[in-house]
Amino acid sequence: MNGGTGGGLTLAEKILARAAGLEAVVPGQIVDGRVDLAMMHEQGAQTVGPFHEMGAERVWDPDRVVIAIDHWVPASTEGAAVLHQILRKFAREQHLPHFYDVGRHGICHQILAEDGWVVPGDLAVGTDSHTNMLGAMGAVAAGIGPTEMAAVLALGKIWLKVPPTIRVHVTGRLGPGVTAKDLVLKVLGEIRTTGATYKAVEFSGPTIAALPMTDRFTVCNMTTEMGAKCGMIGADSVTTEYLRPIAKHAMHPAAADADARYERTVEVDVDGMPPMVACPYSPDNVRPLPEVVGEHVRVDQVFLGSCTNARIEDLREGARILKGQKVHAGVRYIVSPASTKIYQQALKEGLIEVFTEAGAVFTNSSCSACFGGNMGILAPDETCASSSNRNFPGRMGAKEARIYLMSPAATAATAIRGEITDPREYL
Amino acid sequence: MRDRIEGRVWTLGKDVDTDQIISGKYLTIIDPNELKKHVFEIALPEFARAARAGDIVVADENLGCGSSREHAPQALRALGIGAVVADSFARIFYRNCINLGIPAIEVRGARALFEAGDTARIEMARGTVTNLRTGAHLAFPPLPTHLLELLEVGGLVEKTRTELARGRRPG
Ligand code: SF4
Repeated sequence: MNGGTGGGLTLAEKILARAAGLEAVVPGQIVDGRVDLAMMHEQGAQTVGPFHEMGAERVWDPDRVVIAIDHWVPASTEGAAVLHQILRKFAREQHLPHFYDVGRHGICHQILAEDGWVVPGDLAVGTDSHTNMLGAMGAVAAGIGPTEMAAVLALGKIWLKVPPTIRVHVTGRLGPGVTAKDLVLKVLGEIRTTGATYKAVEFSGPTIAALPMTDRFTVCNMTTEMGAKCGMIGADSVTTEYLRPIAKHAMHPAAADADARYERTVEVDVDGMPPMVACPYSPDNVRPLPEVVGEHVRVDQVFLGSCTNARIEDLREGARILKGQKVHAGVRYIVSPASTKIYQQALKEGLIEVFTEAGAVFTNSSCSACFGGNMGILAPDETCASSSNRNFPGRMGAKEARIYLMSPAATAATAIRGEITDPREYL
Repeated sequence: MRDRIEGRVWTLGKDVDTDQIISGKYLTIIDPNELKKHVFEIALPEFARAARAGDIVVADENLGCGSSREHAPQALRALGIGAVVADSFARIFYRNCINLGIPAIEVRGARALFEAGDTARIEMARGTVTNLRTGAHLAFPPLPTHLLELLEVGGLVEKTRTELARGRRPG
């Protein structure tokens, strides 16, 4: 079906058309989309004021609102305690049942992923820029600001400009020790930090089809660093099998039309690709890791955490390399699982023991060192290797501090040697 | 929103991300009058102290990339900034500005048109940005009606209030 536009629809266009109740949409068109899921973290505290100023009385659908605190958990400053308090009070007053408070907390995007809050065909919005991660469910998932969220809570809809879509077609097989993180860093190096601004990024190809959900989350997560409104992978049997036991509402899987019109297609072949690393001070400053290894970059801190890479598979990967080894004497290795469930799983599997025996610190599940406002903050002349997603100046503390982004496996190898290291040396 | 906006220009470079606009350590502040003391602290340290109502910020590419935090546009609104002009914006920052009623104008070459301290004139309906010192000007496609209406009523809070009130009226 061509939807009357003379060309087929991309995945983003399909989903937005459905959300807007239209047969078809075209890039540039402004539509009002019905929201399937609204997520807030601490920034949601700033939603409460505008919500009341709007004269709104009730949240449009309490069953479609998730609040997950994650940046400062448990509250580490008085300011954070107040944000949490505002949210708790709002949830109580509005009878919002899905509040992930301290004790069942986790990084907001991980909570949405592991409890099946976003399903294929959804339009999901969250008060965090990495809401893009949930596009891995075959959904349009985008970050919005808190005032905008107030309007969503009041009306259950949002104005959106239909984005043009960039297709990223990935072929080839990831080699041993080379991961989905390396893949997305490679793509980011091509598209750059502004290459997908206002646009949708749709991943396709045999390499993507072979990725498990955890890797798909990693890939879609970093479309935020490309400037994208949303990043997505069409739902297939991997998606629906993952979601079947946990989906919170009905799935409406959509696929791009064969004759969909893409703004452009980026072809990436990962055959023979080495691990990659994003060097200071931009996530698109991507280089092959072996090249950087030759420069003997010493590190002060290593972080295995964040919504990009702190799922159980990531922790297993790090622990496998670290087992029986020691964290280098000059290094602080901070490991922070993405959710309470992942924490519990790591405990059961003995991973916490592996990390702490080796001299790493294993923290509770939160954003942790990722954003420079809670813990694991860097001093001005320090260098950090991190499995997170951003390395702009000041991201993890001092604006001079240098951050290198890499895979979970590479963080473990780096923590052992005390300098940036190729994880394939530990295969 | 007036059709003609005039003001003194502050300039910013490219890729000024939200961490450089409002640093992570201020994120637990909610009061816009407190936030405005820290806006652009890393990118343009004297701005918070010296900016006046009606001033215009002109930036290079990708202004406001990074997080979804609204602290920055809130601080700009608290300072009474008249408009934000940039070669290009990151999308959430752009939406946040418009939703708070701050005219955000995207025009290629904007940054190169101005030096700090110049006076800028923006004509919304015609779609032009002019440097009143040099006379040089650039055209931009007028904003979509939907966004102009949002700016017209003062932002998303006002627009939603009207919509909710309309929905509640009997009949
Ligand atoms: S882990 Fe980092 S990138 Fe992810 S939501 Fe938290 S602060 Fe943002």
